[in-house]
Amino acid sequence: MTVTLKNGVLDPQGKAIEGALGSLGFSGLGHVRQGKVFDIEVNGADKAKAEADLKEMCEKLLANTVIENYTITLD
Amino acid sequence: MKSAVVQLPGLNRDRDMIAALTKISGQAPITVWQTETEIPDVDLIVIPGGFSYGDYLRCGAIAARMPVMQAIKEKADQGVKVLGVCNGFQILVEAGMLPGALMRNTSLRFVCKEVKLEVVNAETDFTRAYEKGQVIRCPVAHHDGNYFVDADTLASMEDAGQIVFRYTDGTNPNGSLSDIAGVINARGNVLGMMPHPENLIEAAHGGNDGRGIFASALDVIAA
Repeated sequence: MTVTLKNGVLDPQGKAIEGALGSLGFSGLGHVRQGKVFDIEVNGADKAKAEADLKEMCEKLLANTVIENYTITLD
Repeated sequence: MKSAVVQLPGLNRDRDMIAALTKISGQAPITVWQTETEIPDVDLIVIPGGFSYGDYLRCGAIAARMPVMQAIKEKADQGVKVLGVCNGFQILVEAGMLPGALMRNTSLRFVCKEVKLEVVNAETDFTRAYEKGQVIRCPVAHHDGNYFVDADTLASMEDAGQIVFRYTDGTNPNGSLSDIAGVINARGNVLGMMPHPENLIEAAHGGNDGRGIFASALDVIAA
């Protein structure tokens, strides 16, 4: 699961990273946004159930949906 | 008036809060541990500051999902006053009891200093001891006090008088939207604020500007 700040929400840490990348000489960068990645192992073979559970986890705890979006990838 | 102070692992301003409530109300608050599912009959529940659960995931996120928070929500729904200071404010927004979110300070630094607060709404149960527009001194100490809320919600909060305190005189320490330092829920019984009024209540603190919040909430004549 990847959790990132929504567009329009100021990301002070992303801004600082953006500045640091610039000072390392990387040019041509747009905005940098910092997020979080959660690797969660789910037991069982039911992919649909796993996806529904993971979505609920994001809604209830892992993301603050006031300021953050999340995406779920199953492999 | 009876009060309660919530205790969670990592909160460290509970002792200051207990001392302030005891001095102002003349009665020691009841302490409530995070696993408790019932809160005794009190008029005011306070969630103090600190670093609950080490600020893991997001400040206040894990504390907001502890059993005691469900009990606090039920009490708030019954009209009991709830005050969250600093991490307590972060916990209240994470629990969905107050609108918005508290993000990393724009300076990316922990700030520990004194700020000036404007009392924007002096008609709440927490601010009656002040005058509207009054400027008070108050200490802050936090890393994530940068209040954010979407534009529509902000407009409706302003219309409803839900912005209670604003940083003033250029003292905004964290970049918070519209200089917001403290907000109240629509019903008017849940207040969250980043500054620490419990640390400015008596001469030994160098002033008592913060006392009025507790005196208001506890129905004590302001000293």
